Amino acid sequence: MTIIVFLVFVLFVLWMSFYLARRTTTAAGYYAAHGQIHWGVNGIAFAGDYLSAASFLGICGMIATVGYDGFLYSIGYLAGWIVALFVVAEAMKRLGKYTFADAVDAKYDSRGIKLAAAISTLIVSVFYLIPQMVGAGVLVEPLLGLQHHWGVLMVGAVVITIVATAGMTSTTYVQFLKGLLLIIFSTVLVVAVLMRGFTTRPDQGGRESFYEYQSLAAEETGGQLTVSEPGWDVVETQEVSLTATATATFVKLAHGGAETWWMVNRTPAGVTLEETQSSVTTSDGRHLVNGAPASEDNQLRQVGNLEQVRGQTNPPKGRTGPFAFLSAMADEDTIVRRWQKAKFTDRNDGAVMVYYSALTPGNRLMRPGLKFKVEGSPIDKLDFISLMLALFCGTAALPHILIRYYTVPDQASARKSTIVAIAAIGFFYILTLYMGLGATINGVLNPADNNMAGPLLARSFGGLLFAIISAIAFATILGTVSGLIVAASGAVAHDLCDRYLKMKMDDRGKVRIGKIAAVVVGAFAIVLGILFKGMNVSFLVGLAFAIAASANLPALLMLLFWAKTTAKGITASIFVGIVSALTLIGFSPAVYTQFGLDPATAPIPFSNPGIISIPLSFAVLIVVSLLTQEPKREADAEPEAA
Amino acid sequence: MSHEPSAVVAEDAAAGYKTRLGVWMFICYTLFYAGFVALNLASPRAMESKVLAGLNLATVYGFALIVVALILALIYDGLCRAREEAARVDAAEGDTN
Repeated sequence: MTIIVFLVFVLFVLWMSFYLARRTTTAAGYYAAHGQIHWGVNGIAFAGDYLSAASFLGICGMIATVGYDGFLYSIGYLAGWIVALFVVAEAMKRLGKYTFADAVDAKYDSRGIKLAAAISTLIVSVFYLIPQMVGAGVLVEPLLGLQHHWGVLMVGAVVITIVATAGMTSTTYVQFLKGLLLIIFSTVLVVAVLMRGFTTRPDQGGRESFYEYQSLAAEETGGQLTVSEPGWDVVETQEVSLTATATATFVKLAHGGAETWWMVNRTPAGVTLEETQSSVTTSDGRHLVNGAPASEDNQLRQVGNLEQVRGQTNPPKGRTGPFAFLSAMADEDTIVRRWQKAKFTDRNDGAVMVYYSALTPGNRLMRPGLKFKVEGSPIDKLDFISLMLALFCGTAALPHILIRYYTVPDQASARKSTIVAIAAIGFFYILTLYMGLGATINGVLNPADNNMAGPLLARSFGGLLFAIISAIAFATILGTVSGLIVAASGAVAHDLCDRYLKMKMDDRGKVRIGKIAAVVVGAFAIVLGILFKGMNVSFLVGLAFAIAASANLPALLMLLFWAKTTAKGITASIFVGIVSALTLIGFSPAVYTQFGLDPATAPIPFSNPGIISIPLSFAVLIVVSLLTQEPKREADAEPEAA
Repeated sequence: MSHEPSAVVAEDAAAGYKTRLGVWMFICYTLFYAGFVALNLASPRAMESKVLAGLNLATVYGFALIVVALILALIYDGLCRAREEAARVDAAEGDTN
């Protein structure tokens, strides 16, 4: 069933691309769909473009594991559309032709701007492409039973076909279709979550029996642990740093021929050992899951459940309302069992990943603080401000979003399509809170990878919904990757080859080189998607937002609102934005953690660069513009939108 | 201007008004958004308090940021359309005279 639904969808998309290709022979058709897309279609296509793997897979997964902190991404991503609507939408339509570079270069005809804007478009697109391709690989593993690299190759091949056949026209209709289906079936999924209501023993509608984790009494004398119950022997003990200030103790116990990892819980009442899950790669290369060899039947168990709802361990069965659901989840007497992970090396040099549970009251889950340290040090608070700033400023600076303003006929259509996008995206982001929390409490989470929270939640309601949601999730990636490849191919073919290098080409030649660029960028994305397997999807998209906000937004805003802006100022601002954002990211604790280094040794103390790189880019633009004023240019340079 | 747009864009007599309106609405929303960020940092525990229909302040403020964005967008569109219509009428009358 899953494979049939998936194949039908992919074949339909390919048919549509070949059908639309017959109408795409000019550069205006290839890059901007002739500027004749209806604003309603374009608005939903905006949603299709924007609701990428990070939104559907990443945000749902993050809410499922850290609660409200994941929803902050939804809020920030949506708020960014206000910048797009009130400041950028109509100006982009008025200024540009095919690419972001067209708009910022409209008044200057500067080779420096063309080069800087094309490089910026390529870098942002690549940072945005990697998580989409990684998401594709993650998705096909449970969906089709294929390995990660086959998923990446499949997405790459389909997307290259879509883009290389009909460019922006087919991309627009793929995104329209995907955006519409995503919103409709996410609503269906949320209704199903509310109809199921609350239980403390989730069994996926009777498909998976609820697993009760054990707790063992223990004694600790002179630092030595012994299990009170006979037949359990302590094999080794490991002290593990969880954060800069928190540690945990894990013990390996031998029982009935199997060795498993347990977490030590010390309370004034005594010591208990709490059962965990573990994934161990031994020094001789064997892979063990929960103490036994990994196999199709021995995988990590799905997790996540309520321990009590408003103080009740057996809450009334039956459906709940949307407000009642959120109210109960935020109650201080609602207790959620969340899962976290710790990595260490055992005494036999085996690489151990332990997944342990922690009980969290609802009032803590449903306010900021589990991921973002809003009660932490000034640096932690600065990091939070920086993230919210980048999310707010990033949307209106994403090249694949900006070029969609060229696909509508006029400025009013650009405005109206943005409003449709805000309605569709805002509604979807409200749904993410329900889908994420639904995954938190329904025992569907893969403790090793939260990116599949949404599709796995759908699977708990049956194969058909899982098939549809997975096909849509796949289409989500197809749509976004298509848009990104159109933006990147435009940067290469239109900005670099045509306008920067001044290669002589007729209209068909421009389309041909655009298609070649799409194939090359698509192939590059496939390679990166395979190389970056295991990287966190939301993390990389957050970085793309920060780079876009630092490199592109200052140039766009100052061009519109400051008459003294010069071409050299814009060029310098874009380059400084790119370099500063990339440098700050490269030396941040998040990247150190990602590559297995000690985050405490990172030279930059915070992970989100926006709070430094965005103002720096503005400052450079102002200073360089003031230093490079030309009397003639001064007279001409009226603020575009004053 | 060195590049022509992808579609022929007509002269927009309301462009100045729409830009000023957009800037003011952008400032209003930015203050609302900044208030959310500041409240989260200044008093995260206040976000736990139940304020409406059993929902806590974090949820209500978060939803409000999404809903208010749409309401402001619709108001902006309504005002822009009214000004565009008035500009069209003025232009038509100018042609007649």
